[in-house]
Amino acid sequence: MSPEVKPDFLISPEGLRIDGRRPDEMRPIELKVGVLKQADGSASIRQGKTYIIAGVYGPRELHPRHLTLNDRAYLRVEYRMATFSVPDRKRPAPSRREREISMVIANALKPALFLQEFPKSVVDIFITVIQADGGTRCAAINAASLALADAGIPMRSLIPAVAVGKADGKLLVDLGDEEDKYGQGDVPMAIIPQTEEITLLQQDGSFTREELNEAMQMGITSCKYLHELQKEALRRSYVKKTPDNGDEDDDDDGSYEDDLETDLGEAELMED
Amino acid sequence: MGDFSTDTISHIDREFISDLLRKGERLDGRAFNEYREVEIEANVVPAKAEGSALVRLGDTSVVAGVKVLVGEPYPDSPDEGVTMVTAEMSPIASPLFELGPPKEPAIELARVVDRGVRESGTVDTKKLCIEEGKKVYMVFADVYPMEYDGNLIDAASIAVNTALLTTKYPEKKWENGKVVDTGEILSLPINNVAIEHTIAKIDENLIIDTILKEEFVQDCRLTMAIDRDSKFTAMQKGGGPGPMSLELVDKAMEMALEATKDIQKTIEEAVKTVG
Amino acid sequence: MAVYFQKREVVVPGQLLAEGRYRASFGTYDEEGKIFSSLVGLAELRGNTVKVVALEGAYIPKEGDLVIGTINIVAGNNWKVNIGGPYGASLHANNALRRPYSEDISEYMDIGDVIAAEVIAFDRGSGPFLGMKGRDLRVLQGGMILEVSPAKIPRIIGRRGSMINMIQDHLNIETMVAQNGRIWIRAPSTEILRLAIKAFRTIEDQAHTSKLTDRISEMLAEEMATIKGSSKPEEEVGPEEVSVPDDSSEVESEPEPELKPEPDATTEAEEEKPVEVEADAEVKEEDEKQTEEVSEE
Repeated sequence: MSPEVKPDFLISPEGLRIDGRRPDEMRPIELKVGVLKQADGSASIRQGKTYIIAGVYGPRELHPRHLTLNDRAYLRVEYRMATFSVPDRKRPAPSRREREISMVIANALKPALFLQEFPKSVVDIFITVIQADGGTRCAAINAASLALADAGIPMRSLIPAVAVGKADGKLLVDLGDEEDKYGQGDVPMAIIPQTEEITLLQQDGSFTREELNEAMQMGITSCKYLHELQKEALRRSYVKKTPDNGDEDDDDDGSYEDDLETDLGEAELMED
Repeated sequence: MGDFSTDTISHIDREFISDLLRKGERLDGRAFNEYREVEIEANVVPAKAEGSALVRLGDTSVVAGVKVLVGEPYPDSPDEGVTMVTAEMSPIASPLFELGPPKEPAIELARVVDRGVRESGTVDTKKLCIEEGKKVYMVFADVYPMEYDGNLIDAASIAVNTALLTTKYPEKKWENGKVVDTGEILSLPINNVAIEHTIAKIDENLIIDTILKEEFVQDCRLTMAIDRDSKFTAMQKGGGPGPMSLELVDKAMEMALEATKDIQKTIEEAVKTVG
Repeated sequence: MAVYFQKREVVVPGQLLAEGRYRASFGTYDEEGKIFSSLVGLAELRGNTVKVVALEGAYIPKEGDLVIGTINIVAGNNWKVNIGGPYGASLHANNALRRPYSEDISEYMDIGDVIAAEVIAFDRGSGPFLGMKGRDLRVLQGGMILEVSPAKIPRIIGRRGSMINMIQDHLNIETMVAQNGRIWIRAPSTEILRLAIKAFRTIEDQAHTSKLTDRISEMLAEEMATIKGSSKPEEEVGPEEVSVPDDSSEVESEPEPELKPEPDATTEAEEEKPVEVEADAEVKEEDEKQTEEVSEE
């Protein structure tokens, strides 16, 4: 609830940003998987002061029926900001901005998903921005991708996203709120990490072609870092559930009645 | 019959819950008059909201946030500020909640929590006047359920009250026809706190703080807002068409009165954690 | 030719699992000879087939599955049944009743009834069709339905039913474990029911860990001892059952013979002989086979 004042400069004479970061430095990021009990999959992200929760339901039956796709699941994304997540209270009804962001998030995630495995159904992603401090659409993609994996939706890869921008003539990754507001432009992007293909790309402000190419390279580097954090968060959600005495295996596995690998997933093997 | 009568209620669930209650038991081992563990985390939106709280009642959780804005007073109360509670049933919280504009259950949730705040005079709206007839503070408390496993009303009421009690906002004054900051930070002028307690009727049994499975099979529920002086400041019978005898209403009041002290204490403790 | 995962490793989507002449099976995809995981799950190698055992996911019907569902519509000669997951099921009266049957089939089963049925046909173009002509398939009465993640059902059943039999043994409860993640439980007391729920929830949480049967068995033995110690002697469970059961072969001493552990899954598990070879050893073996095949070509 700090009153918004335009800072005198965004890059200090020493070349540091207003929160002390280097130009290519991300804010502290905390990813958690499985944060909601009712949702089929969920994840939260704290990126600086930005705080977002994503929940996934599905694949489930689609209503209304006229949206049904016969060859794949319909991916429905709703990105919403809590009224209190921004300095001025946001009106409760969905804004045009929220609807557009929902769409670009869906498009950013879709190329990675094997939606054809569930024709006629829907996969719902609900995103709530609890606190907005810049970079919410990218943070939302980072969390939503984890929530999809947590729901068991098959995918080529997790999708990381980051906003690169420009302030005081310098390219910066992971824009904070002031940098976004008072800087010279913003390039939110998301990639498929293995191939470095871009699945989200938007831009505003003023950039030269060279700057944009450099910005995207910086974005790819940051996305790959984020991708590592995503994978780690997903694995951690299982390690956490492992009881202390669960690691004394490995001596007599072969003969053990409760051999994990033979217990699980007999069913699937018959399929092909 | 619960709030979501479109969902088919399985006979097994219905009989199972009824049978248990007949034996004096609940699925999670609680007594009929016992709340789930109440967890409150105040100030969860510190950078943007003036007040906020996350409340967990078992596997139900809600986030409430307060924004304090400057606006014009209503013509019939030119020297009074405004408080308003809204709620959404965001589909993130439950497979039962649908996308789209707020439907009746969400509107009821907001209005019931709102009445609890307004009718108890929680916020002294007279003190929310900046300049009579010109500018007043408008206090919005908005509720977002994150996980729905029953009893959203009580969780929302606890969250909204905690958020209001921890709200800090910059003081404004009227100067030369304009609103300006004084540089001071204020807390809301709180007069009273009323917490809502919801009791479900299933057959002839009354239970407090229902989980979803219980809510599904309830005949109806009765929500009561009780203030610090043990006065009832708002009530709402809903959650199904089942009728309720006077005797049961009285028993429900007794249960709510018993429960309210502990919850008020838990809120006080949570408020203390915020400087 | 290489395999990039450890035995039992929790893998994540996009993780490279193997390269070379391996076959991509469930939970994986093949891109230019590289096999990646498409799920979060446990990677496994059987022969030259790489698969990922899902740890999460919605219920996708399969012919022969036992499912538990709630009837939500009666239309003509069909019941519509909610079995969870993306596809609502239908049950035609011909597949449930002996002919002739009454015109109003709601006389037999109505909205809100919970049934145990079998998936008799399913393709993703048309929803699953159910049948109730098999043994044990019926309207369920009494007890409760616990919902767990369908991906964890194989673990709850255990190899050849070892897990579920062990739990039934300890608690003297009746259960029916359905592939769509619903477990019907009838227990002699609420206390024991809660213990059963706790056991199933623990399995669900720790499905990716080893020695789970042992841990659950220990927990149940301990807690049953406490229950028996504290409660009135009217409990009908034999005190000697507190000990850890050595084998799960003869469980069926219960009064109602139709309440056996889930039959389909058990048979399935038996058909698939457990592979006990270490993953690494297997790789080498497969490598050899592969070279042979190649040279043949």
